[in-house]
Amino acid sequence: MRKLLIWLPLALFLAFIGLFASGLFQPDDRIIHSRLVGQSLPSFTLPAGASDRPGLSSAQFATGKPRLLNIFASWCVPCAAEAPQLMALKAAGVEIDAIAIRDARPDVDAFLARYGNPYARIGLDARSGVQIALGSSGVPETFVVDGKGRIAYQHIGDIRADDVAMILDRVRKAQ
Amino acid sequence: MIAEAGLAALWLAAALALLQLVLAFAGLKGGKPELLGAVRPAAVAQGALTAVAFALLITLFLRSDMSVLLVATNSHSMKPWLYKFAGTWGNHEGSMLLWVTVMGVAGAAVALFERALRRDTHMATLGAQAAISLGFYAFLLFSSNPFARIDPPPPDGQGLNPLLQDPGLAFHPPTLYLGYVGLSVAFSFAVGALLTRTVEAAFARAMRPWVLAAWVLLTLGITAGSYWAYYELGWGGWWFWDPVENASLMPWLAATALLHSVTVLATRDGLRAWTIMLAVVAFSMSMVGTFLVRSGILTSVHAFAVDPERGSFILALLAIYIGGALALFGWRIGSVREGAPFELVSRETLLVVNNLLLSVILGVVLIGTLYPLMTEAFGHKVSVGAPYFDRIAGPIALALMIALAAGPLTRWRRDRAGAVAKRLLVPAAIGITASALLAVLAWGRIGVLPFLGLVIAVAVGAASVAPLWKRKLWRTPLFTWGMVIAHLGCAVSVAGMASDSAFTTEKLVAARPGDRIHTAGWTLHFVNIRPIAGDNWTALQADMQVDRGGAPVLMRPQSRFFASPPTTTSEAALLTCWNGQLYVVLGEEVEGGRWQLRIWWKPFVTLIWLGGVMIALGGALALLGRERRGWLLKWRARKAVA
Repeated sequence: MRKLLIWLPLALFLAFIGLFASGLFQPDDRIIHSRLVGQSLPSFTLPAGASDRPGLSSAQFATGKPRLLNIFASWCVPCAAEAPQLMALKAAGVEIDAIAIRDARPDVDAFLARYGNPYARIGLDARSGVQIALGSSGVPETFVVDGKGRIAYQHIGDIRADDVAMILDRVRKAQ
Repeated sequence: MIAEAGLAALWLAAALALLQLVLAFAGLKGGKPELLGAVRPAAVAQGALTAVAFALLITLFLRSDMSVLLVATNSHSMKPWLYKFAGTWGNHEGSMLLWVTVMGVAGAAVALFERALRRDTHMATLGAQAAISLGFYAFLLFSSNPFARIDPPPPDGQGLNPLLQDPGLAFHPPTLYLGYVGLSVAFSFAVGALLTRTVEAAFARAMRPWVLAAWVLLTLGITAGSYWAYYELGWGGWWFWDPVENASLMPWLAATALLHSVTVLATRDGLRAWTIMLAVVAFSMSMVGTFLVRSGILTSVHAFAVDPERGSFILALLAIYIGGALALFGWRIGSVREGAPFELVSRETLLVVNNLLLSVILGVVLIGTLYPLMTEAFGHKVSVGAPYFDRIAGPIALALMIALAAGPLTRWRRDRAGAVAKRLLVPAAIGITASALLAVLAWGRIGVLPFLGLVIAVAVGAASVAPLWKRKLWRTPLFTWGMVIAHLGCAVSVAGMASDSAFTTEKLVAARPGDRIHTAGWTLHFVNIRPIAGDNWTALQADMQVDRGGAPVLMRPQSRFFASPPTTTSEAALLTCWNGQLYVVLGEEVEGGRWQLRIWWKPFVTLIWLGGVMIALGGALALLGRERRGWLLKWRARKAVA
C-alpha cells in the first residue's frame, strides 16, 4: 500500500505530461462550428436594399437550388475586399442573395457601382434584426443555403481567394 | 557591445552551472571529495554572472538600444524611464532572464549563507540547483535569447503594452519571481536530502528559513499583483481565477502547506516523506505555471507570445526535473523511517488538517485550471470560471480558517480536547455574537458564503491573537509574533473578501457635466470633462467632486489613449477611506454629450491587501526571529575569538 502511494505522484505527473503534450501538439482549432447548420432560415421579409434589385424574403430560398446568402454592409471594409471573390463565385454559376446591414440605399448603390454587383436580390436590414435572428455576429458573413431553405454552412469573415473552391464545393454538396 | 557582453555572461554562467553539477557529482559519488571545495565558489560566480547579464539587459532597455530585437519589439524611446526599466521583464525573454537570475542568485545565497546543513547534503543541494538552472539556461540560450540583434535596427521600438505601463510592473513581477523561483531552493534541498539520506529534523531546521523567505516574497508578489489588477483593469474585481493567477496561487498553496509541515518536521521530527513531497510539489507548481503561461496551451490575459517550440522545450524540462525528482522520491523515500508519532488531539494533527485542506484547494485549483485542456483532449471546448472556484474552494478555505484558529491554541504531541475547546470559548462567543449582529443587520441581503466568511473572520481574528493572552508581550519570541500577525492577516483578508462580495454597491449611469449622482451615501458632482496629456499618452479626464456630507474630494477617472502601440485604457479613480473604497471608471461617450460612468462603493475591500501584507510581515518576523538567534550566537562567538 505504502509502496503504491509512493509512486502515485509520479504516475499522476506522467498523466499530466501526457495531457500537456496532447494539448501542445493538437493543431489550433480556429474554425467556428456553427450551431445553425441543418436548421431552416428564420422567416423574414426585407425591403429592397439597392435601387436596381428587388428585396429579399426567406420564402425565396426553398427553390430546390442551393444559394449563397451574403451578409454585408457598404461601410464595411472587409466586404469590399471580399467583392472580387463573390464576383468569381457568380461567374462560376452560383446564385447569391444579400442582406445589407444598418445601411442606406444610396450608399449600397455607390458600393455596388464601385465593387461590382454579384447579387440577385438585396434586402435591407436597417436595424440588424434579421442578422441577429440568423445568429450572425458581424459583417461579412456568408451562408450556404440548400434547396430546402436550410443552412448548410456558415462562413464567418470575408471569403478569401483560397476559400472560393471550398465554398463552391459546399454549394455543390448542398444540392 | 553590451548585448554581446550580456550573452557572454549568460554562456559563462551556464558553463559554471555545468561545472558546479559535475564537481558536486564527482565529489559525492565519484570518490573525489577534494573537488567539493570548488562547488561553492562556482555557485557564487554563477549567481554573479546571471546578475551581470540581467543588469546589462536593463541597461539596453534604459538606453533604448533598438538594434536589440527584444528592445525594439517591447520598448519605445518616448516611454518614461521607469517603464523602460520595468519593461525589461515585461516580455517573455526578459522575464525568463529574470527567472534564471533569481535561480542563480538564490543558488549563490545557499552557497554563501547556508551553515546548518550537513556538508554532503549542502553540496548535493547545490548540485541539484545547478542542474535545474542548466535546463533554464539552455531554454534561454537556444530558444529565447534576450540579447539577439536586429539588422538593420528600426528607427524606434513598438512600445510596451499600456496595461503594463504602471508602477506595478516595477514591483509585482520581481517580488513574485523571487518567491516563485526562490522555491527552487526548497526543491533542491529536498533532492539533496533524498540523495544523501538526511531527511530529519536538522535538515528541516536548515530548510525552513529558505522556504519562509520565498513564501514571504511570493505572498507580497501575489498581493501586489491582485491590487494592481484591481485598479488597472478597471473591472472592480481583485481576483479573476485567470490561469496565470492560478499559476501563482498553486505554488503559494503548496508553499504554505510546506511551511507548516516543515515546522512539524523541525520541531517534532514528524511528516518526513510528506514534507519532502511538498518541497518538490511547490516548485513543480511554479514550473507547471510557467509552462501553462508560455506554451499558449491555455488562453489567458497574461499570455506571452506563443511559440510551439518553446512549449515543447519547457515540457521537456518539466518531464526531466519533476519526473526525476518524483522518481527519486519513490526510489529513496522507502528508506526514510517514519518520524515521531503523535496523538490525535495535538498541534501536529491540526497541522496535518491544514496540509490536507491546502492540498485539496491546490487540487481544486489545478483541476479547474486544466479542465479545459482535459475536455479538449476529448473534443469538447469548456471554460471554467469564477463560480466553480468560488463555490468549491471557498468553503474549504473557510474550514481551513477554523483549523487555523485551533492550531496555535493546541499543544504539541498531546492535548486534551476539553482544554482546547475551553481555549476556543472566547473566540467562539465572539463569532456567535458577530453572526447574531450580522443576521439582525443584513438578513437576506447577503449570501451564505460571505456571511460565513465575515463571522469566521471575526472569530478567527480573535482566536489568532489568543496565543498572546496572559503572556508578557515583550518577552514573547519574535516568531510567535510572526505567527500571530500572519494568522490575523488571514482573518483580515477573509473579512475584506467577504465584505467586498457582501456589501459592494455598483452603479452604472450616463451623466453629463453638471450632473449629480447619488449612490451608497455618496454624492458625485460631475464637474466637467477635459483632455489632458501625459508623457506618452493623451487622455480624456472627468473631474468629479465627491463627498458624503463632509468636504468634497476631487476624483479624476481617465480614458487614456496610447499612441505606441495604439491602445485605449481606462484609468480608474480610487478614493480610499477608512471603511472602504470608492471606485470610479470613465467609459465611453453616449449620445447627447453624456458619459458612461461606473461607480462602485466597496466597504472594507482594502482589508484584502492589508491582510496579505500582514501575512507577509508575519512571515518576515518569523524568519527574523529564527535567524536572529543564529546571528547572535555567531556574533558572540566572533567577539569571544577577538
